Amino acid sequence: MSASTTILTQAPPTGLWRLWKRHPNFVIGAMMLGSALLAAIAAPWLGTIDPQMIAPFNRLEAPGANFWFGGDLVGRDVYSRTIYGSRISLAVGLGVAVIGISLGLVVGILSGFVSWVDQILMRVMDGLMAIPSILLAVALISLTGASLKNVIIAISIAEIPRVARLVRSVVLQLKERPYVEAAITAGTPFIWILWRHILPNTLAPLLVQATYIFASAVLTEAILSFIGAGTPPSTPSWGNIISEGRTVFSIAPHIVLFPGIALSFTVLGVNLMGDGLRDIFDPRYVSRT
Amino acid sequence: MTNILSVENLVKHYELGGTGFIDRLLGQQPSIVRSVDGLSFNIAEGETLGLVGESGCGKSTVGRSILRLVEPTEGTIELAGQDISNAPERVLRPLRQDLQVVFQDPFASLNPRRTVGQTVAEPIANYQLVSDANLRARVQDLFERVGLRADQIDRYPHEFSGGQRQRIGIARALATNPKLIVLDEPVSALDVSVQAQVINLLVDLQQELGLAYLFIAHDLAVVEHISTRVAVMYLGKIVEIADKKSLFRSPRHPYTKALLSAVPNSDPDAISNRIVLQGDIPSPTNPPSGCRFRTRCPIAQAICAEQDPELETQGPDHKAACHFAQEGPLLTKV
Repeated sequence: MSASTTILTQAPPTGLWRLWKRHPNFVIGAMMLGSALLAAIAAPWLGTIDPQMIAPFNRLEAPGANFWFGGDLVGRDVYSRTIYGSRISLAVGLGVAVIGISLGLVVGILSGFVSWVDQILMRVMDGLMAIPSILLAVALISLTGASLKNVIIAISIAEIPRVARLVRSVVLQLKERPYVEAAITAGTPFIWILWRHILPNTLAPLLVQATYIFASAVLTEAILSFIGAGTPPSTPSWGNIISEGRTVFSIAPHIVLFPGIALSFTVLGVNLMGDGLRDIFDPRYVSRT
Repeated sequence: MTNILSVENLVKHYELGGTGFIDRLLGQQPSIVRSVDGLSFNIAEGETLGLVGESGCGKSTVGRSILRLVEPTEGTIELAGQDISNAPERVLRPLRQDLQVVFQDPFASLNPRRTVGQTVAEPIANYQLVSDANLRARVQDLFERVGLRADQIDRYPHEFSGGQRQRIGIARALATNPKLIVLDEPVSALDVSVQAQVINLLVDLQQELGLAYLFIAHDLAVVEHISTRVAVMYLGKIVEIADKKSLFRSPRHPYTKALLSAVPNSDPDAISNRIVLQGDIPSPTNPPSGCRFRTRCPIAQAICAEQDPELETQGPDHKAACHFAQEGPLLTKV
């Protein structure tokens, strides 16, 4: 009631302002992730120096005018390494989210619709899930060699079963929905039923899952780096910086602190954005505002 | 009159879950739910067959088998003389035009992400029944036909009440100009006042368009109002099928008598002869031997446990499956 009167008395807000009023979570999250993306793209122009440059005299230097975030164990600039690190972490997060979701979606839809395929695929997925994802990633990387591409592929494979199970459960639920059955009796071809009635409804849970995957992929990459099975140690990924700084945390906490803040900032941003997107895609939410 | 639908010996057995891949490797047999167990009936053009029974008796499965939303285990289903019981989807698709459905739950039967106009337009577009330019006009026409306004077609389902959504569901079912509509408890989720409106709409549409209905319900008063003939189901089988008047005035099967005795009478002075059935409906996994109703039947005798009674003619257009089928009030055990 009050919502409709407000709309009548005020000019309806438009564009970005309306988005901000309706979905502040999304806007804040998108801005946070956006700034991380910006940092990744514009890294060379953000007052950074070569993240690999070693300056032994500045070892463990405290944050200051010279090194804004201080120096690390061998005197590299933590600020530059953190900024460049966003490239690695975002690439891993995005790459794993995209690959994991796409492959998981295909497996989940196949399992949901074809029952004999379901039996086989789900047992394979169970098998994959029985192996801890870190262990699986370590095994895959030791087979293929440590590189950014292999890290992304290895973490993606570990994420597929979770996505597949999620999609399968949504498909199993949806295909029994009366509106899907009504579409079948209305003569809608299978591919259109999938596109119109099934996929749009998997979007919301998949987006939430994507944010979770993004966050966990960034963390998994850090863990892999820590045990020497991830990106090569010289690569300035946040995981590498944190694990290097961990040993001297008591005397030089800034080495862990700044990439840690960057990590939390990015993960929080992605999660907020996921929440906001979920609301945006839910048509019931629109009417209430 | 010609039959639009004839169902012969329809059987639908479900394998009960819990027998997965490993169980099967170990040779474990899945237990079977006999949801529908040998059902035969016809629906003539333009008539309404009411299908009643307790929940779990398999009446919805009958509707879903006819619509081929589930694969019938056995039996033949003929739609306008054409056998559709085994037809692959490719053959079935053009035939589906003649056979539409309205579901019970008005909230789950519309896709929340599509406008109601898109929902109603979908079947028309599938069969290219009108040109794209006329599609909108056709949808608006259907909306007006079911008592909604033409300007409501761009709204989303959540903007409508239950009764309105059910009208939208009916509009979708009408979109392909079907000959038969399966109404799977179309009013049981609605308020009583709205129920009457929707029922009246269905009756009007039937007279206008010559539709045949398979009306699945558990509310006998509603069934009596809308049906031409009525079939009573118990545990996957038809126990009595008859012309509406004949069934409601002189039921022959004890189960039908018990059901009718449970309908509240509006006359406060009427003497209530309510027959209260004892116990629950048995499990369809392991139905009783002989007559399935014998475990709850007040007049069951030894023969009932041995022989499953066939549907036998009791009068003009009246069949019942009982060894002791008889007119009049229920007789107690001798």
